[in-house]
Amino acid sequence: MSAVIGETHDDSGEERHHGPDKGILRWVFTTNHKDIGTLYLCFSFLMFLTGGTMALVIRAELFQPGLQILQPEFFNQMITMHGLIMVFGAVMPAFVGLANWLIPMMIGAPDMALPRLNNYSFWILPFAFSMLLGTLLMEGGAPNFGWTFYAPLSTDYAPPSVTFFIFSIHLMGISSIMGSINVIVTILNMRAPGMKLMQMPLFVWTWLITAYLLIAVMPVLAGLVTMMLMDIHFGTAFFNAGGGGDPVLFQHVFWFFGHPEVYIMILPAFGVVSAIIPTFARKRLFGYDSMVYASASIAFLAFIVWAHHMFTVGIPIAGELYFMYATMLIAVPTGVKVFNWVSTMWQGSMTFETPMLFAIAFVMLFTIGGFSGLMLAIVPADFQYHDTYFVVAHFHYVLVPGSIFSIMAAAYYWLPKWTGHMYDETLGKAHFWLSFIGVNLTFFPQHFVGLSGMPRRIPDYALQFADYNMVSSCGAFLFGFSQLLFLFIVIKCIRGGAKASDQVWEGAHGLEWTVPSPAPYHTFSTPPQDMSEAHG
Amino acid sequence: MEREKWCKWLVAVFLMQPLMLFSNLVLADWSAINMTRGVTEISRQVYELHMIMFTVCLVMGVVVFGVMFYSMIMHRKSLGAEPATFHEDTRVETLWTVLPVLILLGLAIPATTTLRAMYDTGDSDVDIKIVGFQWKWQYTYLNDDPGKEVQFMSALLTSQDEIFNRTAKGEHYLLEVDNAMVIPINKRIRFLITANDVIHSWWVPDFAVKKDAIPGFVHETWTVVEEPGIYRGQCAELCGKDHGFMPIVVRAVEQDEYDSWLAQKQEESRIAYETVGKQWTMDELMQSGEQIYLQYCMTCHQVNGQGIPPAFPSLVDQGVSKGLIAAHIDMVLNGKAGTAMQAFSAQLNAAQLAAVITYERNAWGNNMGEMVQPREINELLTGGEG
Repeated sequence: MSAVIGETHDDSGEERHHGPDKGILRWVFTTNHKDIGTLYLCFSFLMFLTGGTMALVIRAELFQPGLQILQPEFFNQMITMHGLIMVFGAVMPAFVGLANWLIPMMIGAPDMALPRLNNYSFWILPFAFSMLLGTLLMEGGAPNFGWTFYAPLSTDYAPPSVTFFIFSIHLMGISSIMGSINVIVTILNMRAPGMKLMQMPLFVWTWLITAYLLIAVMPVLAGLVTMMLMDIHFGTAFFNAGGGGDPVLFQHVFWFFGHPEVYIMILPAFGVVSAIIPTFARKRLFGYDSMVYASASIAFLAFIVWAHHMFTVGIPIAGELYFMYATMLIAVPTGVKVFNWVSTMWQGSMTFETPMLFAIAFVMLFTIGGFSGLMLAIVPADFQYHDTYFVVAHFHYVLVPGSIFSIMAAAYYWLPKWTGHMYDETLGKAHFWLSFIGVNLTFFPQHFVGLSGMPRRIPDYALQFADYNMVSSCGAFLFGFSQLLFLFIVIKCIRGGAKASDQVWEGAHGLEWTVPSPAPYHTFSTPPQDMSEAHG
Repeated sequence: MEREKWCKWLVAVFLMQPLMLFSNLVLADWSAINMTRGVTEISRQVYELHMIMFTVCLVMGVVVFGVMFYSMIMHRKSLGAEPATFHEDTRVETLWTVLPVLILLGLAIPATTTLRAMYDTGDSDVDIKIVGFQWKWQYTYLNDDPGKEVQFMSALLTSQDEIFNRTAKGEHYLLEVDNAMVIPINKRIRFLITANDVIHSWWVPDFAVKKDAIPGFVHETWTVVEEPGIYRGQCAELCGKDHGFMPIVVRAVEQDEYDSWLAQKQEESRIAYETVGKQWTMDELMQSGEQIYLQYCMTCHQVNGQGIPPAFPSLVDQGVSKGLIAAHIDMVLNGKAGTAMQAFSAQLNAAQLAAVITYERNAWGNNMGEMVQPREINELLTGGEG
């Protein structure tokens, strides 16, 4: 190992045009931001397929009323693992992967500020998730208390594997915190001379804000699972009412982490869409400054609205009213963003390549998720919506056609820069339409069953919910299998295709489009000078 | 030219969307896709709030998406659209910051009014304590005279055969219970909600009542039901294996029907109390024990007593059923910490406990030949207090 470190050190110091090491060790020891970005993205896709398979198992059971293929015990394990893997394994690492690839290239830096830390923060993840997935094989089964793991179901009543769950959450937290430190240090210290903060692309801005959110809330999550560990193994009673503890405290701490967490999963998506829409509208982003301020406002509000996930736990009315008003306020900066994107399109000169299709679908479907979010903020109505499929529909609308679509859009948008080849546009569009139809078939009917009274997290349901559940399951299988097409398109693009130009897209702005395609192993060894086109 | 025609056609299709949507909505069966109006003043207010929010969102959606789609159709490069150069305007930014704030203020006012009404848990005519158990509800009709208190468990009635698709499913599949809660109409009912093990949530959509049942807390909420009828709900907080199988059924009846129901329940509990002292025969205990077992123990330990090890141990030819009788009684009465085995002394009376323990020691070929008399259990239960 020391030899490899020495070698890498020498090369980066002396030779400008050295390539990566050969073989598997390249990926194990790499400190190159592009390699690590690729690792993150591949890992995230693997987790996306794993979590997606679990979703399909869930939807297969819910295809009809009655228990057909799963026992309730295993169903609960599936919903828990699906949630954990999608949140911590698919969406978050995908955005970290994009950050690794793009932030240095967007700010004209040669690499991330802390390359070795970067390597560690990725390589922790496979261990964390092996441990989490390993619980499926353990006696007593995997965690079965939902991804929100409310105590005391997750403490006094949990299967023995909960301890492994706690350790894997700790590892994921360490990885996220290290990644965030790296992003912040890189953005604040490594920008090319002359690039002011208000010249940074929005993707860089939103990631800077996201990184602060992560550093603020990941330790809270770590503290929470540590308290669980103490309750389970060391006789404390933080969350055990019988010992003088408080199960509601668990929820307050969880959602103090959990609400910023949902913005951690959407702010970088805002950044991606703010890069793509101006490119394909061939028009500068409308209201750049207000976009930055809106992102910061959303991040601030994220910290003061957590109890809107807990309206039914019996908070006093003053608390309910405060959290309702604060939550409604989020609609304002979010609205500003949507209006700005639409104004960017207005009187543009639009074309509809695959990244643009995904970005437009993002704006539309994320907004639908925002609308249901606004409805959920209204406390009296929330008493009817809470813990029903209406909530499931809401957060899947902001996470799947929200976060996931933005990741897909980003992949198509920057793939030519990463690989040097254009992807297959026809297949890309096919992938988009299959995903778009699949997502809506899956999640739109869930609004209906939720409003008409179907609770979430149940393996079997009353007969009046049968029709829409069947539609939902069909949509889920369509969406799930369409993602194999995505895998095929990416592999095809890596292996060959039309040569991509440096700028790739006619309307693209930003420093990453000034380097060759594919981007060389080391970029911006000398900092760029011209900052006039640094953001779109 | 050809392209322009195509775009006009596209605009026409999009303009038709609202029309098609409208016709769909008129034809649709609303109860399958929308929130219930319910049968209380509060539930109607909640429904109105929901519809106001929905309409506001719909209008904003039509405006925003309308502009977006117009732009997507008309401002295409293929139509020769030249990009404009504007990229900021403080006036419109201010407008679309202030305008939503005003709309939100307008929405907050009715929401606040309704919430205040929901939180007014003052005087009541009937007080019912609701305790969530893994995976059933216990209802206690509170009374100043403890001798007149009525307490019973309410659990899923749907058969395993229906759940596992061995017979046709009934009309109220998964939404039927053995003992429904009964309440009088037009009376103010106060619910005092808590839980014995994990967090549950008591939800009846027609009353717009949903309150978490949390160990260590007693939450209050209330309702006044205006129409007689049977109202069904479900547990709304993940509470373990059978979370999906603990429905809630409330039967709202006229006052006199309620009175006679309550009197009958009081009489039943008086008889149960008195029979504790008598000497039970093996047959009586086994017969009663089997019923209790099927209702309370079977979901975990299975019909044949084999359980689902390791989470739910087998009772056949091993474990507590074959061990010391005192240990068996202790296990059933007090449960086992850190496992799903509950303390059944909180759910069953002395006769039921004695019967089920006797049953477990003698069923499935265990044949221990021993009986546990309700009197002995009663001494344990009351002795603990003294």
